[in-house]
Amino acid sequence: MKAYHRKWVSLGSMAGLSCYLILGSADPAAAMHIAEGFLPVQWAAFWWAVSLPFFVVGLRSLTRITKEHPELKLLLALAGAFTFVLSALKIPSVTGSSSHPTGTGLGAILFGPLIMTVLGTLVLIFQAILLAHGGVTTLGANVFSMAIVGPLVAFGVYGMVIRTGNQKLAVFLAAMIGNLLTYLTTAVQLALAFPAVQGGFLASFAKFVGIFAITQFPLAISEGLLTVLVWGWLQKYGQQELQALNIFETGAITHE
Amino acid sequence: MNKLSSNWLMVLGVTILALGPLFMLQGKEFGATDGNNTAAIQEIHPDYKPWFEPVIKDSGPEIQTFLFATQAGIGAGIAGYVLGLYKGRSQAHKKTDP
Repeated sequence: MKAYHRKWVSLGSMAGLSCYLILGSADPAAAMHIAEGFLPVQWAAFWWAVSLPFFVVGLRSLTRITKEHPELKLLLALAGAFTFVLSALKIPSVTGSSSHPTGTGLGAILFGPLIMTVLGTLVLIFQAILLAHGGVTTLGANVFSMAIVGPLVAFGVYGMVIRTGNQKLAVFLAAMIGNLLTYLTTAVQLALAFPAVQGGFLASFAKFVGIFAITQFPLAISEGLLTVLVWGWLQKYGQQELQALNIFETGAITHE
Repeated sequence: MNKLSSNWLMVLGVTILALGPLFMLQGKEFGATDGNNTAAIQEIHPDYKPWFEPVIKDSGPEIQTFLFATQAGIGAGIAGYVLGLYKGRSQAHKKTDP
């Protein structure tokens, strides 16, 4: 295991550094959540309708978890706090613009993706109302990308990679790919709502992906590293909680 | 390499990733939040008008900083509290039943 860590840490740093050297002078770009009012009414309504059921189911499993395992409330608070911090950090990136991690991977691995739908939505509401970052009309779309797709992907990636037996790698990749897919989803949403006059959806998609792709990559690595860091502490000091979550029994996560 | 130093390496990695660009791209203003998305939208559909205004309109960079710092502070405070509690608890366990 230890040799593995070392390898991945150095691989990670090498990848990060080469990123800088190669892409240091790329175009400025930034992509975050979709801004207030920047989705046509029908798309805004559509994404609200899509996201709402996930939120409701998530809310129900949240109340079930807190009822059945009140001792896990603190861990829930940690998962929420983690995404609260990370999504507040606008980190400069190699492209000369900034973007932020999402922090939804940790909670998704611990509690399942739908719990993070609820916690992620709270973060998005905070930012939409107080910070004019994202928006109320676009909340549905932003919830779908950051609080539904991101956690689902993280959860899925963790489930797949954990079979290799390397838990840290699984956590790292889950958080990192969850982050990237969040922004990919935003690009899909924008391209659907704003297909280019020439080239339609694909041309638009390429344009929106181009805005965030390179910017987001180092941030995704950062998010992966930070998630592994917190995960390591949890493994060391929070065994009781992790066992309550059944993580170690099957090697994958079972809930409910 | 023990656990501690691998943690520090990860912290170092994040620090380099976050601060590196500041050194490499001197004098650059690290871009607007949703700016580039909205700019791209208006490039593709020049006549699109946003149909809803933010609840709190532009409160200026000072207030934005305050709010973002508050968000990060609350989150970090809670995370630190929980992790500290877990650590203290497991150390107390070690002392009582060796």
